[in-house]
Amino acid sequence: MAEFLRIAFAIAAKDIRLELRSRTALLSAIVFSALVLVVFNFARDPTALAAVDLAPSVLWVTFAFGAVIALNRAFYVERENAALDGILLAPVPRSALYVGKLFANLAFVGVVEAVALPLFVLFFNVDLGHALPGVLGVTALATVGFVAVGTIFSAMVVRTRFAELMLPVLLLPFMVPPLVGAVQVTAKLLAGRPLSEMMGWLRLLTLYDIGFVTLCILVFPAVVDE
Amino acid sequence: MTPELLAARRIVRRGQVLTVLGLLAAAAVYVIAIYFTPVEVRQGPAQKIFYVHAPAAWGALVAFAVVGLVSILYLWLQDERLDLFAASSAEVGIAFSLVMLTTGPIWGKTVWGTWWTWDARLTLTLFLFFLFVGYLALRAAVQDHGERARFSAVVGIMGLVLVPFIHLSVYLFRTLHPQPVLLKPSAPSMPPEMLRALLSGMAAFTVLYIGFVVLRYGLARLDNLREGAGDAV
Repeated sequence: MAEFLRIAFAIAAKDIRLELRSRTALLSAIVFSALVLVVFNFARDPTALAAVDLAPSVLWVTFAFGAVIALNRAFYVERENAALDGILLAPVPRSALYVGKLFANLAFVGVVEAVALPLFVLFFNVDLGHALPGVLGVTALATVGFVAVGTIFSAMVVRTRFAELMLPVLLLPFMVPPLVGAVQVTAKLLAGRPLSEMMGWLRLLTLYDIGFVTLCILVFPAVVDE
Repeated sequence: MTPELLAARRIVRRGQVLTVLGLLAAAAVYVIAIYFTPVEVRQGPAQKIFYVHAPAAWGALVAFAVVGLVSILYLWLQDERLDLFAASSAEVGIAFSLVMLTTGPIWGKTVWGTWWTWDARLTLTLFLFFLFVGYLALRAAVQDHGERARFSAVVGIMGLVLVPFIHLSVYLFRTLHPQPVLLKPSAPSMPPEMLRALLSGMAAFTVLYIGFVVLRYGLARLDNLREGAGDAV
């Protein structure tokens, strides 16, 4: 188990180092998320709808789009010079490769979200206040779920034509349960509702995370094996 | 003529027979539903569409489950025929989902007063349809046959796991969709004549589903043989 995690962290560290040196994909994803927030601001009539009513959906649509952009790059770097073949030649379990990629993607999407959240507070004048720990918690819970699914799809779509188009088409249906749950919980947190009203959704999010992370680890070898 | 070609042709012929039987049965169901089933008191004649809508939804769900289960078998046994079968089921599933998604709003307009509502079950069956589309789009975008089979099997299995989450969301969301009338713990809440029309509709659509899938599967086998022959020349 320790060995497994060591390999996974090594792969994640490689991806993060690579990204820190080039920075293109990460910066693009951040700028993209900021632009989505700006576009949302103009899509709303401020006299008709209070910012706080729209806020949870705006936040989660931004996170979702930012995540898709960030996930597109996960296996893209492995396609050049057949780098994936190099990793696959190493005598390590395929599932460790998946977990490593999952860690790296969580880091990327986490960074994008960490930049988008303050911008969202700034642009939409939302008072997070006491809701902040809750919002961070539900963000982590929902992000793990859809990044787990996105990581495996990203490994598949790089081998197809129209990879950048194929990822959202495949991934968005899978993003629906975590997004619906996250929007519901965020809205209740911002409205200061008691925890008992959110328990159903929190259970759903937790189950989704456990279910899909396990499933992805199990089926990932089928994606990379020749 | 090779034995494979004969086998594929035999499958196509069986599919044709089953499809014709299914179509005849579906026609019979409409006769039963229109002339021999009482009109629902509150919804009026609009309720008749239920005998198409619910069986189509049933067919789409069966198609979806078959894609998922056959995908699991494929990853286990690695038989190319299983992959072709799952793909055939997904294509037929798209057709059934489209019937479900078009008959639903027609009924909804008269009874709910709106074509579409973002009710949980509607939204999520729409996403079921998108899953089928994604599955087939992915297949179209992968060149290598082995890779295509493995990738689509993974998507099929993941889709199968997504369905319980869809179901959970239905219970958590307040829903406008009629509650289940057939598959629930207590006895079905409809008069026996209506139940008869519904069950015969489901039976007819099941035969139709099997006919379509067998036919499509036979054609896929023939298509594979044709490609193989092209490579040999």
